[in-house]
Amino acid sequence: MATETKAHEGAPDTGRRDFLYVAAGAVGAVGVAGAAWPLINQMNPDASVLALASIEFDLASIEEGQSVTIKWRGLPVFVRHRTGAEIDEAKAVPLTDLKDPESDEQRTKPGHEQWLIMIANCTHLGCVPVGESGDFDGWFCPCHGSHYDSAGRIRKGPAPKNLVLPPYTFISDTKVQIG
Amino acid sequence: MASHDSSYVPGSAVEKWLDERLPVIRWSKTHLLDFPTPKNLNYWWTFGGILAVMLVVQIITGIILAMHYTPNVAMAFDSVEHIRRDVNGGRIIQAVHAVGASMFFFAVYVHIFRGLFFGSYKAPREILWILGVLIFVLMMATAFMGYVLPWGQMSFWAATVITNIFAAIPVVGTPVLELLRGGFAVDNATLNRFFSLHYLLPFVIAAVVVLHIWALHVPGNNNPTGVDVKSSRDTLPFHPYFTMKDLFAILVFMIPFAWFVFFAPDLLGHPDNYVMANSQVTPAHIVPEWYFLPFYAILRAIDFNILFIDSKLGGVIFFAGSILVLFFVPWLDTSKVRSGTFRPMFKWFYALFVVNFVLLAYLGASPADANVLGLSVADFSKVCTAYYFLYFFVVLPVLGRIETPKPLPASISESVLGQPAAAE
Repeated sequence: MATETKAHEGAPDTGRRDFLYVAAGAVGAVGVAGAAWPLINQMNPDASVLALASIEFDLASIEEGQSVTIKWRGLPVFVRHRTGAEIDEAKAVPLTDLKDPESDEQRTKPGHEQWLIMIANCTHLGCVPVGESGDFDGWFCPCHGSHYDSAGRIRKGPAPKNLVLPPYTFISDTKVQIG
Repeated sequence: MASHDSSYVPGSAVEKWLDERLPVIRWSKTHLLDFPTPKNLNYWWTFGGILAVMLVVQIITGIILAMHYTPNVAMAFDSVEHIRRDVNGGRIIQAVHAVGASMFFFAVYVHIFRGLFFGSYKAPREILWILGVLIFVLMMATAFMGYVLPWGQMSFWAATVITNIFAAIPVVGTPVLELLRGGFAVDNATLNRFFSLHYLLPFVIAAVVVLHIWALHVPGNNNPTGVDVKSSRDTLPFHPYFTMKDLFAILVFMIPFAWFVFFAPDLLGHPDNYVMANSQVTPAHIVPEWYFLPFYAILRAIDFNILFIDSKLGGVIFFAGSILVLFFVPWLDTSKVRSGTFRPMFKWFYALFVVNFVLLAYLGASPADANVLGLSVADFSKVCTAYYFLYFFVVLPVLGRIETPKPLPASISESVLGQPAAAE
């Protein structure tokens, strides 16, 4: 072969050598990355955590003006049976007053406006806000002083977003499926 | 690695045999005993030795605690109580480890502030300084994960709040958050991995400490005058002069350490951490351990949006920036004079920086809606955060250009003994 004769003549084919060097390095790098990924991926939520992704909850026992905290995917979730006054107050707020504009209709399901179902972690750094407090008749986060209104919307303080709504559907008038 | 000749002469045939194969005794004599050390080092310089001792104390007590601790959400809280009540001597060993973290941080702050005053970060010691900042960052990660292990309310909510900081990163924030927690919320997977990493990181710290000391032994110690060592008249061998000075300082340091351990092991902690973790309720007033308070105040100070950056990400950027800026101090400070003693203007800005740092700690401990000296905590924190960054980005670069330093002594020896006599 031409290259062999060339090598024997004392002029090494550096192009071929560089190619092999880079190719071997590239294959090695892909191999290391491939081996590293499972070692990192094992830290992601495991099958038993993912298996808890959907729950059903019966609302019948919650009186008007009462709220409960339930657990979904390890996270606390507020279920609040709002009073008429709270709903009216939330609806009266002009969207221009809001840091993260969302209407009350967007925060609830049609026909079930009295039910407010939200993940109970402050969108700032994840503390659980205290109910029926703060300057807007909603929630107040004791950690860094974020105030939420009666629709769980951020009104004042360092939190950037409204309290997050989990995906949920009403399977009957008194039963919801979260997740 | 040896910047000076070894004076080691093997005393026996066995030592000679060993010296030709692994010159470990020669190396130790050069670096641990004979190392030429500026003779004017004051007690601020003993904190390096104190820190080395604290790392060993934490590793030994930590290994012992791991023999009795259970990293499981159902048993972790009880296992710590088990250590304190049932394990032989466990009450003291657990207290040494918990109080030890505070003492460790106290010593590291003194060590860092000493470096900032005497210009120990300036050429040729930039790498030494950077490795030091890296150790500080590793210490914070280790202390944070260790604080989660007792699985009390403060443990749980510290884990929640601190991991949530990563959720502020655009686009990849939430996947990273779930990767760190191993779930959608802080739970058993989180506790388990924090235990694993809390056991690992001190050994990483120990490795970086070796590099830190290596980087120290290339240029040698800085000193209170900041003047380079010019001759052997400026130095003394490390042993016995500085081993003894360090040992004395270590013993004095052990007195308040022992007082806390024996009489007030919980004084630096929070009562809420004696309530088991509950993911449904956040304690009314959550604060981090005292050694994180200044940085926590900076995180909290940013409660407004900056252009397209929301308040949460803004807080995280300033929080991370307040630590990362330390890596760049060697290039931000433009003054050629190392020691603050000879810098008449720098002294005052430095003093204000120390006061400002303590104030930030105080603000970090105050409830978000309180008032301090007539200003709201939120506004006061903004002022102090501003000075923290101004010190690094304005004061240090500008002072080097406009300040007239006082005359430096001709040598370390002269600064100690006065002008040399005419006979010399």
